[in-house]
Amino acid sequence: MSTRPALAPLDPARSVVDQLRERVAAMESRPAREQVPTLPGLAELVPLHAGDTYAVDSAGLALALAAGASAAGEWVGFAGCPDFGAEAAAELGLALERTVLVPDPGEHWLEVTAALVDVLRVVVLRPPSAVDARAAGILDSRLRSRSAVLVVHGEWPRVAARLSVEESRWTGPAGGQGRLVERRARVAVRRGARPPERADLVWPGARPAAPIAPAVREPVAPLRQASG
Amino acid sequence: MRVMVVWCPDWSVVAGLAETGQPPRTPAAVLSANIVEVCNAPARAEGVRRGHRRRDAQSRCPELALLPANPDLDARAFEPVLAAVEELRPGVAALRPGLLAVRAPGSWFGSEANAAATVCQVLVESGVWDVRLGIADDLFTAEQAARSAEAQGWRVVPPGGSGAFLRGLPVHVLEGDGPQGREAVSLFHRLGLRTLGELAALPGEAVEHRLGAYGASVWRRARGADPALFAARTPPPELDAEVVFEPPLDSVEAVTFSVRTTAERFLAQLARHQLVATGVRVEAEADGEVCSARTWLHPRHFSARDLVDRVHWQLQSGVPGAGVRSRREAGVVRAPIERVRFLPEVCEPAAAHGEALWGSASDDLVERGVARVQGMVGFEAVRRPVLQGGRGPAARQALVPWGERAVGLRPVDRPWPGRVPGPAPVRVFAQQPVAEVVDDAGRPVVVSDRGAVTGEPRRFRFGGDAVEPSLPWHPVTAWAGPWPVDEAWWTDGATGPTSRFQVVGADGRAWLLVCAPGGWSVEAGYD
Repeated sequence: MSTRPALAPLDPARSVVDQLRERVAAMESRPAREQVPTLPGLAELVPLHAGDTYAVDSAGLALALAAGASAAGEWVGFAGCPDFGAEAAAELGLALERTVLVPDPGEHWLEVTAALVDVLRVVVLRPPSAVDARAAGILDSRLRSRSAVLVVHGEWPRVAARLSVEESRWTGPAGGQGRLVERRARVAVRRGARPPERADLVWPGARPAAPIAPAVREPVAPLRQASG
Repeated sequence: MRVMVVWCPDWSVVAGLAETGQPPRTPAAVLSANIVEVCNAPARAEGVRRGHRRRDAQSRCPELALLPANPDLDARAFEPVLAAVEELRPGVAALRPGLLAVRAPGSWFGSEANAAATVCQVLVESGVWDVRLGIADDLFTAEQAARSAEAQGWRVVPPGGSGAFLRGLPVHVLEGDGPQGREAVSLFHRLGLRTLGELAALPGEAVEHRLGAYGASVWRRARGADPALFAARTPPPELDAEVVFEPPLDSVEAVTFSVRTTAERFLAQLARHQLVATGVRVEAEADGEVCSARTWLHPRHFSARDLVDRVHWQLQSGVPGAGVRSRREAGVVRAPIERVRFLPEVCEPAAAHGEALWGSASDDLVERGVARVQGMVGFEAVRRPVLQGGRGPAARQALVPWGERAVGLRPVDRPWPGRVPGPAPVRVFAQQPVAEVVDDAGRPVVVSDRGAVTGEPRRFRFGGDAVEPSLPWHPVTAWAGPWPVDEAWWTDGATGPTSRFQVVGADGRAWLLVCAPGGWSVEAGYD
């Protein structure tokens, strides 16, 4: 992850071959492993690495993943999202003057996304149709050489992590009174075959509601009591 | 030095009638704050006078054309007149719209009367009907001479004859000086002074003591001894640039390739005047007439590459079936282009747009990359989100084409009563899909004229699968509202009173639904 000088001593506690392999990998994909800034609430849950693809199942999560980089001064783009909510994005800290929208890329969506990946740091894509592995492979290789992050709202063949909203509840309205105030959602992060990590986030702001639960149900129970 | 003054009477009315495309003999008046400020001769013939209220003016002349006061328009419309006189004699000074002064052209035209006749003829040919000229030793006398001339006529006051000419004029010619002049005229009448000659005969010191600096200047002017000169303007520099293709080119790519040096020259000559262009009009000519013209605004300022891109998009969008095009047909234009012209519309000082010391390389890179995307999917398909004021989420944002400046946005900092409170929705639908909302008994929920909800929303579903193809009916777990709004009810396109509801579905997602007289629709989603 860190680009240490090549002469740093190897860690005797670990396998030499593994460590060397890591170094070679880091050198081959030179800028790709650098970390992309995220919102503080998401930093522990899903650290974004340049060159990776992340899949999400809600527009709010996609926006939250892009907002951190944008707030840190990077350019971000949204392809295939005709229902972009500019005000919500601005509330999350996304800098609208550094945001590129291609609401309807049509049949050229793959080329458009590839061109955006060339110059932007985070690109959010909602693919208009099912994506085959070949098309995904083209984008993946482009991503790695350009040190960008692709966030896919929808399905994608190979991803570094898949984020999904498992449980969500809004507080505020009751029988015609009040208004939407706050939303608590449990977000599950699945990486490959590992057991999913879960965390509770609070909107607006995508702030962490409680410490990340390492697949145990402890912090879940009080939350249910509180909101139920 | 002899001075020639060109006076176009009632210029505001002339300019206003020309702008609205009405014949110049229509009785018309320019109103400011419901008071007639200027009216033309046909209106005066009907009894309309300056200072009348709108009602009085209309009661005297019902067919009176009312024009709003627009000083910018007056000045703009006067520019061709200045240019026409400048052609004949450089050193023109615009005193105010409708009145210009120039050093009298003398011997070159034979005599001063011949010069006046020539200027008059040129102006009448350029479409200014009522033009009057005066030539005299000083500015004030020349102006009075012009005012005493006939339409399309001139009056020459011989050298040294200013005093004799002015002596017979009544004092109310000073009303042309504005409120100060009108006040002085009223005072002169009360003092028993009827003509400028009587005023000029008074001792100068006494006039200055009684009437102050303005009175003294009037006294000097009335004696024809006013040394007031005018500052001649420098003609504005010609900053347009054009390129001619011989033979005409019939492919967009060829045109785009060939305009690059012209675009660079265009920007270089602006840069010589320390200007940058933020709005440029691009015109393309085919078969001797302008076939494509469009004004492009840039959020920062144009570079040569930006201009070339704009030419490309503009010519390409003229091709039928624009938008997402097949690559093969993209490069054909309708008629061979023989000329492309750049006209600067908005220029700003270059100092206001200086680059940061360390440059903005990454932004340039993004601009280039986005221009490439625009080349793929069309200029309008790449957008930049901006916030604006409004009540619903859809009205509170705008997607501006990339590379255009946002214009006509509603201000954000107003209160916008009736807007939906709470966090902003993440998804805002541009085309709002229809929805259905029913109560316990399955009856559709509606909002009555008095803003009451007929039943508690229990279930809702979306029409079509624009939002998402999911469960046919979502149960409502919580709802809030209505927020009634009746916007722009005075326009034809108004939808009538609408009410917004926040509705939370069983899956924990909330939606912003709109109940209009025509039925429910989904405006936004709190995903």
